[in-house]
Amino acid sequence: VTSDNCVWVYAVADDIDPAGLIGIGGAAVRRVAEAGLAAVVSSVPSGQFGEAALRRNLEDMSWLEQTARAHHAVIEAVAKERTAVPMRLATVYTSDDGVAEMLRDRAADLRQALAKITARGEWGVKIYLAKDQAPDRQPEKAQDEKPGAAYLKRRKAELNARQDARQQALTSAEAIYHELSRLADAARTYPPQSPEIAGSPTSMVLNAAYLVPDDRADDFAAAVTGLAAKHPSVQLSLTGPWPPYSFVSQGNHDESGT
Amino acid sequence: MTVVGSSPGTERGLGGGQPANLGDILERVLDKGLVIAGDIRVNLLDIELLTIKLRLVIASLETAKQVGIDWWESDPWLNAQAADRASDRKELEEENRQLRSRIEALEAGEPEGDQR
Repeated sequence: VTSDNCVWVYAVADDIDPAGLIGIGGAAVRRVAEAGLAAVVSSVPSGQFGEAALRRNLEDMSWLEQTARAHHAVIEAVAKERTAVPMRLATVYTSDDGVAEMLRDRAADLRQALAKITARGEWGVKIYLAKDQAPDRQPEKAQDEKPGAAYLKRRKAELNARQDARQQALTSAEAIYHELSRLADAARTYPPQSPEIAGSPTSMVLNAAYLVPDDRADDFAAAVTGLAAKHPSVQLSLTGPWPPYSFVSQGNHDESGT
Repeated sequence: MTVVGSSPGTERGLGGGQPANLGDILERVLDKGLVIAGDIRVNLLDIELLTIKLRLVIASLETAKQVGIDWWESDPWLNAQAADRASDRKELEEENRQLRSRIEALEAGEPEGDQR
């Protein structure tokens, strides 16, 4: 690594040989071993990943998308081979020595995180309203009804129907969340995604992630299918297994309140 | 009801070759993953703001058009009303007139009677 390069860290495992993987910017992925741990890294140009440049680039959406996808792709490939703690995007060191020092300093935390996620995968469950809740045709208006009053009445009925459907969906979502939590080691929620991001026709009411032991993954998927059948007010989507991003944060105490 | 895959699809088995939803990836790699301060510091607030910004960008790029069309077309009131707008117009005007006079009466402090 020359001074023109920085070192990007994707993940940390107890031992892994990531040779052959391609990382950010097409760079070869390699490892930095220290303290019985192996960091999966690649060199990145300082011009793009130095402090000022990184801050600027993170605001460039297409740069961010490419980088996030490349980061994720390496982590996913590594996680297929070996239990690995995924690092947050933009964990960057100026040299391999800096990475080695981090491995030494944080060895205990890293081992603890590895133990927590060994033989486990992250599954994402999103819950949406079953369908757009706009009622079909309005009822014929009564003969003697004034159009203004009829409008208000229809509007009110429509709003009530939407509200009821949403309430029903939230109740179902809560029940499903708790039911699935019983099959998982840990669970957490993200803010529901907006329809633009989720690419869904209806509102998302719950966006959850579960840490599920691998030997229970089939049961978990079956439970999702079963719960979907039991709760007609919502639709479910199951994604995974993800590398366990959501279950390695040290700052988890911050999240317990939410 | 049904189990659906979000699109672009990330149905069971992310390794299936289909690209995962960008939102799913970003909320994980930006918000989660082990946070260890590297030599290069990018503070958390930047990334949180970025997430918000990203939502706005995706919203404006991908579906502004869709949203603009959808709300109009899917509002049953607006749609159905368009059909018999003409025939309702006179009725509405008449009702408006009656309501106005009723409001005037109320504002003048008269006890509310049945105006029908």
